[in-house]
Amino acid sequence: MTVVEKILARASGRSAVRAGDVVEPAVDLAMSHENAALVVNQFTEVFKGTGLKPKIWDPSKIAIIFDHRVPAESPKTASNQKKVREFVAEHGIARFHDIRGDEGGICHQILPENGYVRPGAVVVGTDSHTTSHGALDAFSFGIGATEMASVWSLGVALNVEVPQTIKVEVSGPFAPAVGPKDLILHLVGLLTAEGANFRVIEFHGETIRMMSTSGRLVLCNMSVEAGATSGVVPGDDETVRYLREVAGVADPVPLVTPDPDADYERVIKIDASSLVPQIACPHTVDNVKPIGAVLGTKVHQIVIGSCTNGRLDDIAAAARILRGKKVARGTRMLVFPASSRIYQQALDEGYIGDLMRAGAVVMNSGCGPCLGVHEGALGDGEVALSTTNRNFKGRMGNPNSEVYLCSPEVAAASALTGVITDPRKGA
Amino acid sequence: MAQVISKLGDDVSTDVIYPGRHMATVLPTETPQFAFADNAELNGKLKSKQVPPGSVIVAGKNFGCGSSREQACSCLKGYELTIVARGFARIFLQNSINLGLRLVTVPDIEASEGDELEVTADRVLNKTTGKSFAAVPLPKARQAIVDAGGLIAYTRKRVLGAAGKA
Repeated sequence: MTVVEKILARASGRSAVRAGDVVEPAVDLAMSHENAALVVNQFTEVFKGTGLKPKIWDPSKIAIIFDHRVPAESPKTASNQKKVREFVAEHGIARFHDIRGDEGGICHQILPENGYVRPGAVVVGTDSHTTSHGALDAFSFGIGATEMASVWSLGVALNVEVPQTIKVEVSGPFAPAVGPKDLILHLVGLLTAEGANFRVIEFHGETIRMMSTSGRLVLCNMSVEAGATSGVVPGDDETVRYLREVAGVADPVPLVTPDPDADYERVIKIDASSLVPQIACPHTVDNVKPIGAVLGTKVHQIVIGSCTNGRLDDIAAAARILRGKKVARGTRMLVFPASSRIYQQALDEGYIGDLMRAGAVVMNSGCGPCLGVHEGALGDGEVALSTTNRNFKGRMGNPNSEVYLCSPEVAAASALTGVITDPRKGA
Repeated sequence: MAQVISKLGDDVSTDVIYPGRHMATVLPTETPQFAFADNAELNGKLKSKQVPPGSVIVAGKNFGCGSSREQACSCLKGYELTIVARGFARIFLQNSINLGLRLVTVPDIEASEGDELEVTADRVLNKTTGKSFAAVPLPKARQAIVDAGGLIAYTRKRVLGAAGKA
């Protein structure tokens, strides 16, 4: 069995499952962000007319993290957040991360860094980038708000069809200034935006084994941009190291690894050492080109952050490139650390100072301009170069603008020049 | 009989169907006004009250890719549209089944704006061109939810069953 088949077998009380089987796995963690406001609404609907009091199956397995619009940008958002806060208090949900500078941040960073995700777990989230948590050897996938209301009521994910798995084997070291973001952009370009629809991507190979959990989160995060139900990295020493050293997990961490004879739909081999920096061009994530094709494109806004690339190593990479230099006039640079913890670490390391002295604006942790709901909107005809995950038309709030996606190294190097710039030139 | 009110291409994302800046609006009764909000022509047509229930949007592959936002389904459900596409992204497909938005997967569909279609579970007949196209059935795992009348009704039945009140 593959990793996900093993997880689904365990969670459904079966000895084995295979792709195509329909199962009802018990859910170990159910995550929502501000859209918990809609989940609360649908959850209440489920119990309407039943004569039963709305009851969550297990409040200790629910996590709610405010990140999409923090602090609230409108009375409507503030009222949604207020409604969720009241629900959290009423139902005793402990894993609640409000708008705070000590424990807040983006859901896909809060879950791993607090040890909420464990190897072998079934994780569902009302966010498409819930695929991220496969980086910790879990089966983690996005669902809608009504489906989450069903999970809150029953504690299982209903009618899950065991997905086929695509095995991706990556070998070789990355060239300098090339990394996990370039690898996943390359893979999404290869698979296309629907190439992994209804499938899982399982990552293997020496490059993955050598990669930190931070990098693995980038891969699994953007697996959904090829349509994948989830990305997953089989557990290893690095998984245990991250859970112990970063997430503070003290209890045993049994890992799930695939059987040697696991059945894969297809196998894709990638030589990481041959990769150059990759850019996803407007307006689809699979419109991926090597950086040479777009060098010199004028950029009005640089964004470093999001659940994809807002972690400490991303901020460090940007700080190293910008230290002692200046963001080009005519280009603005916005930085969003993925969590308050990362923000504090970046402060302690001096990275925030480096970035601010270079001219970057460092914002509070959250989703920021990634999905165009909150701040950092683009003007008509403007171009953004961003370490985020989507470049759909209108994604940053303006359908008359363009978004290019890249690694933190490309974003930082381009901030200095105001045009898309190859970070290897200065490396 | 149903008329095609719009023909769209491949990879229509949830950001196009329901732009992120309207995501603070969550209730299905309020989301339809923002359907295709950045496409003035289509948004205007939908809000004109000239689009009868059952009207069709035809699209290419991977319709509904991107975000899990359920508003992208509820805003179309509000007009009782049918979406005929060459393919749908997973979360959008599941959300639509859960909310009762009618989706029909037709890998070879050929239709233009203004065409009259006859849509059944297993095929789509384009009455304007006279061509018929086979539809792909829903994933078997989801049919039970359609049969129950949506996920809320399905879950309610399970909750009552667990409480011994079914």
